Amino acid sequence: MGRYIGKRLLLMIPILLGISLIVLVLIDITPGDPARIIAGSTATEEEYEQIREDLGLNDPLIVRYTRFIANSLRGDLGKSFITKRAVWPDMMARFPYTLLLAVLSTVLSIIIGIPLGVYAATNQYSWKDNLAIIASLFCVSMPAFWFALLLIQFFAVKHRILPMAGIEQWQGWVLPVVSLALGYASIISRQMRSNMLEVIRQDYIITARAKGLSEHKVLYRHALKNALIPVIMTVGTMFGMSLGGALIAEVIFSIPGLGNYTLTGLVNRDYPVIQGSVLFLSALFSIVILLIDIVFAFIDPRIRSQYVRAKRRVREGT
Amino acid sequence: MSKPAKKKSGLSETWRQLKKNKAAVVSLFIIIAVALVAIFAPFLAPYPYDEQNTKRALEPPSEDYLLGTDRLGRDILSRLIYGTRQSLQMGVVATVIAAVVGVIIGAVAGYYGGWVDNLLMRLLDIYQSIPMFLLCVTLAAVLGPSLRNAVIAIGISMVPGFARLMRASILTVREMEYVEAAKSINASNARIIYKHIIPNAIAPTIVSLTMSIGGSVMAGAGLSFIGLGVQPPMAEWGAMISDARNYMRAHGTLALYPGICIMITVLAFNLLGDGLRDALDPRLKN
Repeated sequence: MGRYIGKRLLLMIPILLGISLIVLVLIDITPGDPARIIAGSTATEEEYEQIREDLGLNDPLIVRYTRFIANSLRGDLGKSFITKRAVWPDMMARFPYTLLLAVLSTVLSIIIGIPLGVYAATNQYSWKDNLAIIASLFCVSMPAFWFALLLIQFFAVKHRILPMAGIEQWQGWVLPVVSLALGYASIISRQMRSNMLEVIRQDYIITARAKGLSEHKVLYRHALKNALIPVIMTVGTMFGMSLGGALIAEVIFSIPGLGNYTLTGLVNRDYPVIQGSVLFLSALFSIVILLIDIVFAFIDPRIRSQYVRAKRRVREGT
Repeated sequence: MSKPAKKKSGLSETWRQLKKNKAAVVSLFIIIAVALVAIFAPFLAPYPYDEQNTKRALEPPSEDYLLGTDRLGRDILSRLIYGTRQSLQMGVVATVIAAVVGVIIGAVAGYYGGWVDNLLMRLLDIYQSIPMFLLCVTLAAVLGPSLRNAVIAIGISMVPGFARLMRASILTVREMEYVEAAKSINASNARIIYKHIIPNAIAPTIVSLTMSIGGSVMAGAGLSFIGLGVQPPMAEWGAMISDARNYMRAHGTLALYPGICIMITVLAFNLLGDGLRDALDPRLKN
């Protein structure tokens, strides 16, 4: 298992190098000169040239890439063109908000999605099952930002129960978390339902029933454990996605997180901010996927046994 | 002579299976209706999408304006009708671009295997390490906000999914006897991929394509919502929601209509995709 983790960690190096190269190339081919944006319309040609030189924009792509990598390894992702502040500490100040939003919305989606999926599966073809399917289908098809606006309209504008935006009080987290979680919950419940339906038709479940176990024990001790394994993958991927993809929710609810920071950078063509945040968010996403794979390898006996067998073969010298 | 007959029976078998799924059939009709609205928008819309009547801005529904007017006095119904064009374009064109590029990459990787497969898959690993919507937003911002660039951005960010799916299908199909037979009569690699492998491995891609259109419509609406997609005065559902945001307090219904349009369209594509998946699944044929 240690070898597997080590191998996966090593594989992350070329991936991160590749992401930074993609971002740099994308920025390089973008029409519009950042030096012109910084210099403004009143700058002289000499001032403009000086800015280009200071930013290193006259250097070839490969030189800029090597410099970016070398600086990144020291934790230096450059300075924002607009605010003139260092990107790394700015990102670190915003990261807790994004992380909290992702954690809360993932937890809520699990709390709603898993029981709903199990309930639908155990009541297959009943009106309860149909209702759960229809509700989750609608939630999957609803744009999260639109749902967020509906929530604001109902809870903040009409009934004034919750704040419209801002996270100064804990109540401010409720609407953004719910708006994100509902979509995720419907994906989880759909997957949970189909996994449960598949698992409860397996032979070991028939055996458990034949042994005279109560339906509760059969469902929750035998079926649920096995049906949950693929859902872990979905939950993890969604968590990773929400770290980098909740930027619209952050904008709507004025959450000063990384998504908001990235989007501001993109709109202002603030290249160090774009480079730094895309690299950081992608690295986070890769780490989350790696962690899921490791968890997966631990909990799935089929994967675990492969490593045990391989180890045994090595020990036995075959 | 037997080839066309075979194709027809495959299609009619899929249609026969699909017909059993009422939700999928209704969804298919909704999609056809939405497509017709998009095509005949100028004949169906009571007003041009950009015709302003500022004296009658933010009016509730009336006989003149069936769904009311927006902040510039433009007819909401007409903008919804015209918006169908942009939203559907972003959904369908972006997904088709992604599917075509993805199928080619997946087919080449799956068929050749070895270092070609390894290289392409590692490149896709890098691509897929960037969260999809973040990649989409970054590409749209870098290319510049416009309908065309939004389509390209969504399309590019969806390529890896199609490529991996196609590769997986090819890995199964390439071991089949008919591929071996084609090789034995000295058919070129391009011919084997194009004539034998792709047609036999395409079913999962068709299902995924249908289901992905809904996601692309949503991604396009999201891009327009943050100002990186369709630009004013062009009508698009996501942009209409964004426009209505500042008037939520007094005119809450402004954001309601375009959201419902997005939801119905996405739902229809998702249900049709579900239906197609079941119809094309050989295990469910009998």
